[in-house]
Amino acid sequence: MPRVSFEHIVKSYGGLNVLDDLNLSVEHGEFLVLLGPSGCGKTTLLNLLAGLTDVTDGRIMIGDRDVTDLDPKDRGLAMVFQSYALYPTKSVRGNLKFGLSAAKLPREEVARRVDWAAKLLQIEPLMDRRPSQLSGGQRQRVAIGRALVKHADVLLFDEPLSNLDAKLRTEMRLEIMRLHDELNPTVVYVTHDQIEAMTMATRIAVMNGGVIQQFGTPDEVYERPANLFVAGFIGAPAMNLRQGRIAKADGGVAGVFDTGERIALDDYAFARAPQEGAPIVIGLRPEHFGAPNAPLDGAAGRFELPLQHTERTGSDATGYLHWGDGLLSHRVEPGDAARLRPGDTISVAFPRGKANLFDAASGERL
Amino acid sequence: MTQLDVTEAAAGATVIRGRARARRRRGLTGRSIAVLVFLTMCALFFCVPLYVVLTTSLKTMEEIRQGQIFALPETWTFEAWNFAWNEACSGITCEGLKVGFWNSVRILVPSLILSISLAMVTGYALALWEVRWAGTFLFLLFLCAFVPLQIIMFPLIAITRTMGVYGTIMGVAVVHSVMAMPVLTLIFRNFYKDIPREIMNAAIMDSGSFWKIFVEIILPMSGNILIVVLILQITNVWNDYLVGVTFGGFNTQPMTVNLANMVTVSTGTATYNVDMAAALLTAIPPLVIYFMVGKFFVAGITAGAIKG
Repeated sequence: MPRVSFEHIVKSYGGLNVLDDLNLSVEHGEFLVLLGPSGCGKTTLLNLLAGLTDVTDGRIMIGDRDVTDLDPKDRGLAMVFQSYALYPTKSVRGNLKFGLSAAKLPREEVARRVDWAAKLLQIEPLMDRRPSQLSGGQRQRVAIGRALVKHADVLLFDEPLSNLDAKLRTEMRLEIMRLHDELNPTVVYVTHDQIEAMTMATRIAVMNGGVIQQFGTPDEVYERPANLFVAGFIGAPAMNLRQGRIAKADGGVAGVFDTGERIALDDYAFARAPQEGAPIVIGLRPEHFGAPNAPLDGAAGRFELPLQHTERTGSDATGYLHWGDGLLSHRVEPGDAARLRPGDTISVAFPRGKANLFDAASGERL
Repeated sequence: MTQLDVTEAAAGATVIRGRARARRRRGLTGRSIAVLVFLTMCALFFCVPLYVVLTTSLKTMEEIRQGQIFALPETWTFEAWNFAWNEACSGITCEGLKVGFWNSVRILVPSLILSISLAMVTGYALALWEVRWAGTFLFLLFLCAFVPLQIIMFPLIAITRTMGVYGTIMGVAVVHSVMAMPVLTLIFRNFYKDIPREIMNAAIMDSGSFWKIFVEIILPMSGNILIVVLILQITNVWNDYLVGVTFGGFNTQPMTVNLANMVTVSTGTATYNVDMAAALLTAIPPLVIYFMVGKFFVAGITAGAIKG
């Protein structure tokens, strides 16, 4: 069973540790997304798995094989690259065939696999064209095909959709998910696009500065971010994160923002008992807010602030309110957004049990 | 011809005067006239001697003795060309330039194959594979590219003699290849360095074989640089005199040496028409190659479209 695991991985470039004692493992058939900003080490990690760069220390296992010192071609992997990396002088068929050249398969088997991949990806009419005669989406299909013909148990994707336009990206996203459902390989997928991560992954590893910040299902990562970095990174528009303090009163726990607003925290599942006056960061997702100027049953807190502007993104709209020296973003129905005027004072309520709390000093979830 | 171009350009300027004012004004500035005059002079600088060489080679000796070197021949004759190719004496052999021509070809072919194939594979390895001490090696190559042949001439003679190729065609070819290696390797290395890293990574994951990747992926992408190197190397080898005269034996001297022996005759009168014809014959092959290959070069650029 190809279970991919990284054990105590260290990677250093000239004395600088890019990855330091990193551990991560993913089960067979899972779709693991390595998500993080540029330079967080996610591509380095993928290249280590692919064998394109050598680990400084540690062990990489695929199934029960130690592949740390194996050549890339012997690791039983296939990879799709960001720039597609098709061989420019070969036809589409030639590209797919070359992908099998390490396998030393009989001729009929090669032809059978190439036809299978062509059919699966609907690139049959393109088989005799050169990469330069294909559109971006077609090239991406060929690149995926070249990886699929190998029948590898583990598929690696290095930001495969970032060169495509928005519409194609959505299409290819569905396509890759369909392929994963059909063929069920183990996938390791690197991206900086959180929408890709949220939609495709069965598990997300959020990385920053060479460290895995959180490893969990998309829901876990979104609903219960492990620390301030994850909270700020996942979600668009981003979570509202504000400094505040714990205040205990009348047997209940509340958070008091530095700007004065209060929010009830009775329903929050504290990992440790909160201490009076402890500095915290409170995170409020924009989409949890109630409609503007409307009552909300059992609201944990209410904010009355002047509107700066509204922003419409097709099916959604976001209102931005002046809040101290920053902004408070909250989701609005697009129909309502048109009625709101900048400068008006808006009242929005936040429901109970939805807030995220972090230790102000360590940034860890409370 | 160049003057014709100038008048044509002037005529063109008149034609477009009506519709493109800005362009017309630019076309008439003193600066552009100065450029045209300068270019015309440059062209004349090369064209006039060439004209004299060409017409002289087509004249008879009687006509040449009249001393009008700019006049067109009264009777056009290829007698001198025929004589230069088939009968002219170089040293003690009188079989014309054709001996030197074939020697040059026999030097050219192995030296091209040897130098280009070696430089190509070395450049490929240095650019796309992790080679230990690659940086040091490149620096040494770079230094070697600046060492003049004259400095290492004597040791090179000793080395080729030990190898048993001194005074043979292979000897000349080997020396040419060795001398060309630094520059050619650097050229190939710089060209391959621009091949996207991801293509190489994909190939490594697909095949992992040094030679398979080279033959199937890298070589087909090298068309343009091959043409450039071919032109460079053919011109170099064909026009060389020093290596040929030093390392070639008596009967294995290249065309340039043959020509020099023929022209620097110490007895009898100088047969200018034969000399000119011989000089032209020696100069023609690289030109022909240049025009032939240059055409492929242009075709390669338009059809290639490497970048995705």
